[in-house]
Amino acid sequence: MIGGLFVYNHKGEVLISRIYRDDVSRNAVDAFRVNVIHARQQVRSPVTNMARTSFFHIKRGNVWICAVTRQNVNAAMVFEFLNRFSDTMQSYFGKLNEENVKNNFVLIYELLDEILDFGYPQNTDPGVLKTFITQQGVRTAGPVTKEEQSQITSQVTGQIGWRREGIKYRRNELFLDVIEYVNLLMSQQGQVLSAHVAGKVAMKSYLSGMPECKFGINDKLTIEGKGRPGADDPAKSTRTAVAIDDCQFHQCVKLTKFDTEHAISFIPPDGEYELMRYRTTKDIQLPFRVIPLVRETSRNKMEVKVVVKSNFKPSLLAQKIEVRIPTPPNTSGVQLICMKGKAKYKSGENAIVWKIKRMGGMKESQISAEIDLLSTGAADKKKWNRPPVSMNFE
Amino acid sequence: MTDSKYFTTTKKGEIFELKTELNSEKKEKKREAVKKVIASMTVGKDVSALFPDVVNCMQTDNLELKKLVYLYLMNYAKSQPDLAIMAVNTFVKDCEDPNPLIRALAVRTMGCIRVDKITEYLCEPLRKCLKDEDPYVRNTPAVCVAKLYDINAALVEDQGFLEQLKDLLSDSNPMVVANAVAALTEINETSSRPLIEMNTQTVNKLLTALNECTEWGQVFILDSLANYEPKDEREAQNICERITPRLAHANAAVVLSTVKVLMKLIDILPRDSDFIAQLIKKLAPPMVTLLSAEPEIQYVALRNINLIVQKRPDILKQEMKVFFVKYNDPIYVKMEKLDIMIRLAHQANIAQVLSELKEYATEVDVDFVRKSVRAIGRCAIKVEQSAERCVSTLLDLIQTKVNYVVQEAVVVIKDIFRKYPNKYESIISTLCENLDTLDEPEARASMIWIIGEYAERIDNADELLESFVEGFHDENTQVQLQLLTSVVKLFLKRPADTQELVQRVLSLATQDSDNPDLRDRGYIYWRLLSADPAAAKDVVLAEKPLISEETDLLEPSLLDELVCHIGSLASVYHKPPSTFVEAAVPLRKTLPKSTVGGSEEPSLIGGTSMPSTQQTTVIPSQDSLIADLLSLDLTPHPSGGNSHQPYAQSAFSSGLDDLLGLGSDGLLGDSHGASGLGGTASPPSVGFGGGVQPMVGMAGAGALPFGAPTLPMGGMGGMGGMGGGDIGGIGGLGDIFGGITPAAGSGYAAPKQIWLEAARSKGTELQGTFLRRSGQIVMDMTFTNRAMQALSGFAIQFNSNSFGLAPAQPLQVRPLPPNQSADAALPCKTDGPVQKMEPLTNLQVRIHFYSHFRFMECRNSL
Repeated sequence: MIGGLFVYNHKGEVLISRIYRDDVSRNAVDAFRVNVIHARQQVRSPVTNMARTSFFHIKRGNVWICAVTRQNVNAAMVFEFLNRFSDTMQSYFGKLNEENVKNNFVLIYELLDEILDFGYPQNTDPGVLKTFITQQGVRTAGPVTKEEQSQITSQVTGQIGWRREGIKYRRNELFLDVIEYVNLLMSQQGQVLSAHVAGKVAMKSYLSGMPECKFGINDKLTIEGKGRPGADDPAKSTRTAVAIDDCQFHQCVKLTKFDTEHAISFIPPDGEYELMRYRTTKDIQLPFRVIPLVRETSRNKMEVKVVVKSNFKPSLLAQKIEVRIPTPPNTSGVQLICMKGKAKYKSGENAIVWKIKRMGGMKESQISAEIDLLSTGAADKKKWNRPPVSMNFE
Repeated sequence: MTDSKYFTTTKKGEIFELKTELNSEKKEKKREAVKKVIASMTVGKDVSALFPDVVNCMQTDNLELKKLVYLYLMNYAKSQPDLAIMAVNTFVKDCEDPNPLIRALAVRTMGCIRVDKITEYLCEPLRKCLKDEDPYVRNTPAVCVAKLYDINAALVEDQGFLEQLKDLLSDSNPMVVANAVAALTEINETSSRPLIEMNTQTVNKLLTALNECTEWGQVFILDSLANYEPKDEREAQNICERITPRLAHANAAVVLSTVKVLMKLIDILPRDSDFIAQLIKKLAPPMVTLLSAEPEIQYVALRNINLIVQKRPDILKQEMKVFFVKYNDPIYVKMEKLDIMIRLAHQANIAQVLSELKEYATEVDVDFVRKSVRAIGRCAIKVEQSAERCVSTLLDLIQTKVNYVVQEAVVVIKDIFRKYPNKYESIISTLCENLDTLDEPEARASMIWIIGEYAERIDNADELLESFVEGFHDENTQVQLQLLTSVVKLFLKRPADTQELVQRVLSLATQDSDNPDLRDRGYIYWRLLSADPAAAKDVVLAEKPLISEETDLLEPSLLDELVCHIGSLASVYHKPPSTFVEAAVPLRKTLPKSTVGGSEEPSLIGGTSMPSTQQTTVIPSQDSLIADLLSLDLTPHPSGGNSHQPYAQSAFSSGLDDLLGLGSDGLLGDSHGASGLGGTASPPSVGFGGGVQPMVGMAGAGALPFGAPTLPMGGMGGMGGMGGGDIGGIGGLGDIFGGITPAAGSGYAAPKQIWLEAARSKGTELQGTFLRRSGQIVMDMTFTNRAMQALSGFAIQFNSNSFGLAPAQPLQVRPLPPNQSADAALPCKTDGPVQKMEPLTNLQVRIHFYSHFRFMECRNSL
């Protein structure tokens, strides 16, 4: 299991160090700094083994979080835990950065004490943790009744660890958002190599008591093979069949019920959470086509032309379209001409951001840019890896 | 609330200041001071001098402060054990606190303080907590027992905590169950004897708890289920059914642990049942979904998918596209995806894969580009239909003239030539144009090999090689060895105009070089050429075995072991846990029906670890070598019969007289006949093993013609083209002496014994016994091929032994496809050369087969 956990800033200074097991010594702190954070080459693996000690690290913001172990631990679990740990910290004090970690180090130690015992992850749900680890230590200051205490503890260990009892709202509301990401891989010829939609159902619930929610599942929508359930997708209810390749659920969903009855049945946590994720690969119609044209006119000049075509029905409307066109790091200036919307070169992000308020279906729009490049001897040699153009819309 | 200020105090006299603050009356000030102490502790400053003052702050009703003091205690108690006792009272008091949070905190912290005196006081509160009414408190001591076990195992057993821990398995609270399981699993792994037995009942309890506990609890339970072996198929199927819903969990660790349990159970279920087909169908989508998780988790998932694809290629064969590299993947994810793409490549999707690979070859990252170029070569070797396209893609890449791309392409083209000899020769001219750009040893060696191999078709081959010979001494050993071989090849193919060149190279290699491998090889070629050019031709230009299709596969036994470790670090490193973890008991997991026996390290390691036990042997000077060898041949070696000594002797790694030993076997073989090997057979033959080792380091192909000469001339006929350079010898010496099993033969038909273990011989298992059939002694053997490629060309040879036992007819064994076995009965006669063995019943037998060379010894009383 996890032997120790360290948090470093980007310079490699230790911000938090907590050792859980005897086999990990303080030297490990320095070993990681020297060999990974200060390593000359780029980090080649998130897992490093030095002298029979394994270091798992993730980098969030400008801090490194590193777990150390000398045993054959479950690697997936360690990374899941590190991610969860960073999520928990974020839900306590916002953005994860050196300043915030330093400001909240006492709180972080309290958290670490609670979520990891002898290297075994315990309950990491921020909602629950917030009931008894509070920033101000309010709960401990005032007299706490016995009932309240037992309520806290039963919740921490209880079957429904993610929800408090006795929540009351005057208006019971439930919000549901479906957010989808289309991941697309195209060949140079513009042929779609692979495409899949990664979607998630985000919910906000403000419900009283201990409600059990159930989502009906449309049985028609099964994936090939018996026993494989598909889920009804509220956002696409206009279309009758949506084949979902795979889905994952928040831990409040009763997985066994889903398997047998094809119903998503759950007692929701209070507030915002992500109920499910799904992935589909079939029948993906791309809402837009983006056609970039890049021409290097001379050593320090480049021309970029991007055409966006909307591919959906003319009756629909896409809003707040944002196209991000990456530029080389040695860009000195950009001249832009666009037919629609507004475009701006953001030197800090090395990108041209082109915004269009709305756009109807089956339309076309275009932007052209002339990019001046600085010729820096050494940097020129390193090829620009031409990151892809990305776009967002609602 | 800015706590960051605590990090910035670096004044002198700080400790003193803190001391006064800690003793301050004001609570607020005290708290500030403790925070400062913790901050300094974090940065690595030694604040242990403040121990008594900090401990004084422990009695407080402020939970935050209490926690900080506890944290301090955990860090420094070990360095101040006497002072730590001061804290015990407060701990014991806290364990009685009405607030369950404080009770749990106190027990948890006490468990972390590794001071014997405190541990004594821990037992009582711990026992109370194990029966606490509050599940939150019960939860803590479960892990605490594991902590205590780590400190003092005997105490835990004496106090009966293990029993109580087992009781927790039936606790009503699922989280308590999960932690108890985790604790028990850990205790089980570190203790020498199994402390808990899993049975159907506990498994059922665990499966029930699985549905209700937290995600981490689910991981603990699943990991412990992976160690359980169900009694029968029905139970296995039941477990499978109950855990499959976990595949839809959002936590990657839960998914991977579920996959692990399923992969393990599939082997128990009846083959080809509908259930398995269904299960396999369910396995693929969750694994693909893992690829949209955070990059670090993707990496773990990919490393595991790599294993799964090798174990069960059918699961993911349809999912090629998801492994296409995204531009913003971190480099480690890209590399792994590439690996999996090759494994999944087959005829139907090869076109897509190739176009992707070509794209990758123009990326920015050098390592990634190199790997992509290599991958193209692997595709060509794997899918024959695509070879043509792969070669043309490689040619395109060579035209880019990017230095490292060209070098990498040359290396893979060499492999393609080995797979498809005498095809695609047209590209040789293009390769020759790029000769000057090659500066890496591997690329140079590959190019030289190509020139040597196709010397008759390259008009200026002699000039090209000559240009390399110019700087012979500046070259890397790998290149030198290759150059030597290629020049000899050239000479044999075009003797007329290259005699001068070959002489120059041979003298360079033998006289001016300090490298024993190079010298040895030089001498062998020289003797071969001067003794019998025709034979040299047979040997050097012998037909080479084709290289195998799949490369970089893991050893099957290792793979099976790793499948049992899916999700864990072992699966990320692709190494058995024993290689990176110090465990009290080496724990080795294998698949339930796996046939690989023994607790032997995989033979990959065997070869390299051996020299440590060697005897030191003085390497004779060059002049006296031949004399030595002659005497070796004539004087029976005293240790010939004892398997351990030659084994040790053989281990000297220089390979100098080993190799020559063989060479002279060959030279002397004619006069002495096969029997010349006599009782000394073991040293020369071992010498061969030693000689193989350095050869492995060379470019695979080059080693081949070299490996060949020693054998036919040594009178070991019938095994011409040994795959020595390619595969043999990797296992090193261990292989050669594999299976030394004294056969306590009683009666005529002693049961077959394993003479050669698969694990030690790279996959060939040999069982056998002696029996008497109609007055003739018959050696009854069963060969089992557990390796990945087919074996053929079996031959047997007996060393002189006490009974004059010798084969009466050649060994007849049909070629063996992987995972099959064949029986063979070999009638023996007793009129062979007699040689007294030590002990008398010692018999050394050599079995040869295509691509390997085994030496085994069996003792038998007949």
